Amino acid sequence: MSNPQQLRYSKEHEWLSDAEDGASTVGITEHAANALGDVVFVQLPEVGDSVTAGETCGELESTKSVSDLYSPVSGEVTEVNEDVVNDPSLVNSAPFEGGWLFKVRITDEPADLLSADEYTAFTAG
Amino acid sequence: MSSTELRRTALDATHRALGATMTDFAGWDMPLRYGSERDEHVAVRTRAGLFDLSHMGEITVTGPQAADLLNFALVGNIGSVKPGRARYTMICREDGGILDDLIVYRLGEAEYMVVANASNAQVVLDALTERAAGFDDAEVRDDRDAYALLAVQGPESPGILASLTDADLDGLKYYAGLPGTVAGVPALIARTGYTGEDGFELFVKPEHAVELWQALTKAGEGAGLVPCGLSCRDTLRLEAGMPLYGHELTTALTPFDAGLGRVVKFEKEGDFVGRAALTGAAERAASEPPRVLVGLVAEGRRVPRAGYQVVAGGEVIGEVTSGAPSPTLGKPIAMAYVDPAHAAPGTEGVGVDIRGSHEPYEVVALPFYKRRK
Repeated sequence: MSNPQQLRYSKEHEWLSDAEDGASTVGITEHAANALGDVVFVQLPEVGDSVTAGETCGELESTKSVSDLYSPVSGEVTEVNEDVVNDPSLVNSAPFEGGWLFKVRITDEPADLLSADEYTAFTAG
Repeated sequence: MSSTELRRTALDATHRALGATMTDFAGWDMPLRYGSERDEHVAVRTRAGLFDLSHMGEITVTGPQAADLLNFALVGNIGSVKPGRARYTMICREDGGILDDLIVYRLGEAEYMVVANASNAQVVLDALTERAAGFDDAEVRDDRDAYALLAVQGPESPGILASLTDADLDGLKYYAGLPGTVAGVPALIARTGYTGEDGFELFVKPEHAVELWQALTKAGEGAGLVPCGLSCRDTLRLEAGMPLYGHELTTALTPFDAGLGRVVKFEKEGDFVGRAALTGAAERAASEPPRVLVGLVAEGRRVPRAGYQVVAGGEVIGEVTSGAPSPTLGKPIAMAYVDPAHAAPGTEGVGVDIRGSHEPYEVVALPFYKRRK
């Protein structure tokens, strides 16, 4: 499993892209998707919602459990991935691509987001 | 519990080589899934799946008084089980509370194998040993380490197994077992399972487990057999409406509370542990019906989990015991104990409190899924 170099990561296993047209994309990592098992239900924040770094903004339900979705940054949600709402298995099959969850215009971000290498080391421990 | 303390089955290295996600199940390090648990579930429903169930607890009871002991210790009429057949039964406390549900195989004239859930195997062994005190001509033997248990489940399983054995599988009925040889390995071949599909459970010596696993894998290649973990075993049994100890069955419930009063055989000869309490429980169940185990099917997509409250008209009317997304129905399903007034299939206005929001659910009869024969 390789974590894309161009992304940054939270210790709650979300990834964050660099801003494109003012908004960054958020998803969960392949490591997290594998730990969850088959994702069957995704509840995302709504466009226009304010999210806060480290706080829950949705949930991911798998065969065995339900897990909170944490926002890696603070900001305003500009877009949510309707495809993943309709087909939650995208989280498992393409966690870094088609399984992205929402886009956020960042107002504040924590200083402790991890690089790909740091996150890989974090999850290996 | 740290992972170093977990017990490992004879197939441990095989699971790791297959990339299984492992989980602590009742003190055993067991495969949860190898890939997608949904794909594994579908494979068992439509083709075949291969399971390692070596965590199950085998206890052998032998001797001229073996049947008498089991009749005394368990609620079923074990004396009526013919050689080569098996019986689903329970072991209860003196107060009628369920200690475990069991399958008892009659292996010979005076030899029985009791298969207990992994989580209860020690409790069952202790209870049988204690209850054997008055039966000098019966011996209770801990055979947990004497067996590995592999299961082949699914519609293709008879063909797969037939290619590896000369045993008369056509003559082997559901809930029957016979000694034989599979892929050159001595095995007790039982037509039992916990998936709602046709299938077999193979009790073998641990040192033969890897060889048998490999032979079954190879024999099943063309038929689409895949290795399956405990995650899909749970959704398979849930769809089939089969109870799981710790969820639908607990020491706080008698078989009558669980809707399984039929396993208690009052008509058998002699006393048995729990008889007096269970007689009372049966009378109470008839005059004052307890909560009923029902099926719930979601209208939405949020999944009910064990312990969630079932609600109707703003009142709590029951509790979910098991819940999961059903791969076969494509919707979340659950088993729940609900008040009798809300237990009829089609009852309107029933919901489950899913983390504060009341999601609508349809009450249905169990099972959710029944295979076509």
